[in-house]
Amino acid sequence: MTKFDKSFSRRKFLKSGLQAGGALVVSIGMPVSLDLLLGINQALAQSGRPPLTPDQLSSYIAVNADGTVSAFFGKMDMGQGLFVAIGQIVAEELDVAFQNVKVIMGDTATSVNQGGASGSTGVQMGGRQMRVAAAEARRVLVDMAAQQLATPVDQLTVADGVVSVKSDAAKKITYRELIGGKFFNVPLEWNKQMGNALYAPGKAQPKDPSQHKVVGKPIPREDIAPKVYAQSNFNTDIRVPGMVHGRMIRPEVAGAVPVKVDESSIKGIKGARVVHDKDFIGVVADREWDAIKAAQQLKIEWSSPTPPFFDYTQLHDHIRKADVHKRQDNKPVGDVAAAFKSAARVIEAEYEWPFQSHACMGPACALVQITDGQATVWTGSQKPHFVAAGLAATIGLPVDKVRAIWVPGPGSYGRNDADDAVMDAAVLAQAVGKPVRVQYMRDQGTGWDPKGPASIHRARAGLDADGNVIAYEFVSKGFSRVDVDTNGSKPAATLAGQLRGLPLAYVDGFGTPGESYGFPNKLVGWETVAPLLDRASPLRSAHLRDPVGPQIHFASESFIDELAAEVGADPVEFRLKYLTAPRDIAAVKAAAEKAGWKSRPAPNKANPSGGTVSGRGIAYSQRSGTVVAIVAEVDVDRTTGKIWARKFTVAHDCGQIINPDGLKHTIEGNIVQGVSRTLWEEVTFDANNVTSVDWASYPILDITETPESIECVLINRPEIAPSGAGEPSTRAVAAAVANAVFDATGVRIRRVPFSPERVKAALS
Amino acid sequence: MTKYTLNVNGKDHTVDADPDMPLLYALRDDLGLNNPHFGCGLAQCGACTVHLDGEAVRSCVTAVSDVGEAKVVTLAGLGTPEKPHPIQKAYVDEQVPQCGYCINGWIMTAAAFLRDNKKPTDQEIREALSGLKCRCGTHMSILRAVKRAAEMA
Repeated sequence: MTKFDKSFSRRKFLKSGLQAGGALVVSIGMPVSLDLLLGINQALAQSGRPPLTPDQLSSYIAVNADGTVSAFFGKMDMGQGLFVAIGQIVAEELDVAFQNVKVIMGDTATSVNQGGASGSTGVQMGGRQMRVAAAEARRVLVDMAAQQLATPVDQLTVADGVVSVKSDAAKKITYRELIGGKFFNVPLEWNKQMGNALYAPGKAQPKDPSQHKVVGKPIPREDIAPKVYAQSNFNTDIRVPGMVHGRMIRPEVAGAVPVKVDESSIKGIKGARVVHDKDFIGVVADREWDAIKAAQQLKIEWSSPTPPFFDYTQLHDHIRKADVHKRQDNKPVGDVAAAFKSAARVIEAEYEWPFQSHACMGPACALVQITDGQATVWTGSQKPHFVAAGLAATIGLPVDKVRAIWVPGPGSYGRNDADDAVMDAAVLAQAVGKPVRVQYMRDQGTGWDPKGPASIHRARAGLDADGNVIAYEFVSKGFSRVDVDTNGSKPAATLAGQLRGLPLAYVDGFGTPGESYGFPNKLVGWETVAPLLDRASPLRSAHLRDPVGPQIHFASESFIDELAAEVGADPVEFRLKYLTAPRDIAAVKAAAEKAGWKSRPAPNKANPSGGTVSGRGIAYSQRSGTVVAIVAEVDVDRTTGKIWARKFTVAHDCGQIINPDGLKHTIEGNIVQGVSRTLWEEVTFDANNVTSVDWASYPILDITETPESIECVLINRPEIAPSGAGEPSTRAVAAAVANAVFDATGVRIRRVPFSPERVKAALS
Repeated sequence: MTKYTLNVNGKDHTVDADPDMPLLYALRDDLGLNNPHFGCGLAQCGACTVHLDGEAVRSCVTAVSDVGEAKVVTLAGLGTPEKPHPIQKAYVDEQVPQCGYCINGWIMTAAAFLRDNKKPTDQEIREALSGLKCRCGTHMSILRAVKRAAEMA
């Protein structure tokens, strides 16, 4: 794990490899001299590292002076144990012991931009790159050993970082002896892409999966003990000398701007200062509590704009009636219109999903230090390389003068409030000429973070006289998933940028179901509607875990269940009748089998009409190569409307499994968070502003409502390159629960969340 | 500003603070103890939980002037890798946290609960922890860890 090194000095940074553009050119196999024993920061001060570019092996892998390996990773772990998986991949390809690999994540001074945490691509894309880099490092090291030992490469073997002659184990040399403390200077074949798509292999071929010894093992996380014993820092814990505390002030009416600020109203608070830049307004003070008080006490006269919103109960009517800003359809299959015309029956349904908040455990925090034309930010943002670009643009510095250091923050499930906090801290720090640490208050964390978009989903199917599906149409309509960009690289995508005059530059984006139903005539597509407020909106939408996945698959997989019920088919058998992809079929079968699924149509006619009733439901989805099938078993109290999502059985196929223990924990977290989003989560608002501002007004799943069990069937396919696991298992949770509620009660709930009031009303 | 003497993790410290300043800021900003976290400032989540004379309290709503002579114990004072509290050991064994920002609430609350409830049922564990928040959804492993700690004690 990365740790904040208190000995880090800015002077060393100034001399660092970031500025040392002209690297020594040394032929392959002749490492650049450098002693890593002193640690990363000191190492950077030696100007000996080849440039930190994607086409250099040294940008990913280094053998330290003590023989341990540093893996520099341009993505980062948001708590699902990704760095363990990366360490396993690197150890596997290099033939070193896992415990001798240290994965160093998310610092723009030590890693290239591999996209940050993004779209469950940590292993799928980031791991792919680390795999080929480690394989290339091994190839180079074995080449060097061949020279040293005067033995052909094919007569050498490697174990635990020791290269030895197969026929004479006494003839050996270690990685440490070959290159320890020096950097590789080996070019890679970079595909010229930055971010998730970055790929830069060397000449080496990675191992065949059948040879894997470390990959596939349930290795625990080593960052947990330091957290549990209060020995590691979050980004909220970073302090630098001379730092002051900042707090932001947001209007009561969204869109209102400060027209008059009475700075004398906080003159009694020591060190308190106002920073008012166009419509941006915040305060700083020497002490944190004083900054909080100053933010509360500052007298501001706000403008009186027309209230930008309406009551949230009208949200889905608004979406229904709103002009379509953009429509995009997948290529249709067959002749959908003709098939509907010839259908014996047409089934239709519409589903609704609310705005949801990232509502991270702590509101976002950032610390920005600007000195001598250089800036450093300590951030919990899951995309620090992009944050560096946004920060540079916000304060007018070249991007190579900005260093972003990721330190684990208070939760991150997409484009949350972390990127906004960086730009707010940057504006404050530039204004007051001191390092500024900003942490938002709870109402800002929940009320003003970018939101997961609200949507409606219209589904229609035509059946022939025998009940076969001959026509299928599924169209989502909602707010874009990218009102603000997926990262903070552009000031216009941040609150600070918008408050200082940049209009929201939104992009249209939604999605379609990930499935393989082979309906003969099929059309799926999406439509977006315009944002409700074009600047600094608390309802601006952005990526929230599995962006638009839960929305779409709640609807699409509920509708498949409705079709099964319409024709009196068992929901598992109905799916298997139409599914075409073998891995999808296998996942559905695996979940059903493990759950002890017995064939019968839903709803369960044996259930009584009162009291607490139980039901089971299945839903499945694909996501970027991963397939998940979920069986939910629920209890519904018909009197109170309260649902207990009691048991889940999850079949999960993400190709090759790197770490089954990490995968299981990841699935459990996704299921629980998915249940929370299904049963409780809804951003409320009135005409003026968002009214979900804390845990009372934005409830999430309580520990008393935790499922009794979550059974995982981990389908391992070593022959298939790993796809993602960070998000896919959250995707079909809502539909699985909805289908189980239908099975239990015979009532179909088409609106998330399934709060007790809504369920009770639906049942009565 | 008033001077207050706080006994934290067995040592006395003097802080100069407004009487209404929450204990959380004294611990974090004056004493440099990073383990209690700011989560909500409203006693709704538990991220700031510490023990006051053995009781789990939310330091974000406890005024520094109300602490008096009560002994404050934070997560750092609960146990060490060498002498762990059972709930800390269980947390590591069960690999509980994802982001980990919430753990003060769960660990400090569970520690106080387990001291007074030696053989809790699953239902009692759930009730005792009700109201605490974990946004990553690690609820399953939290419950396994508390049960494991109860069995260790």
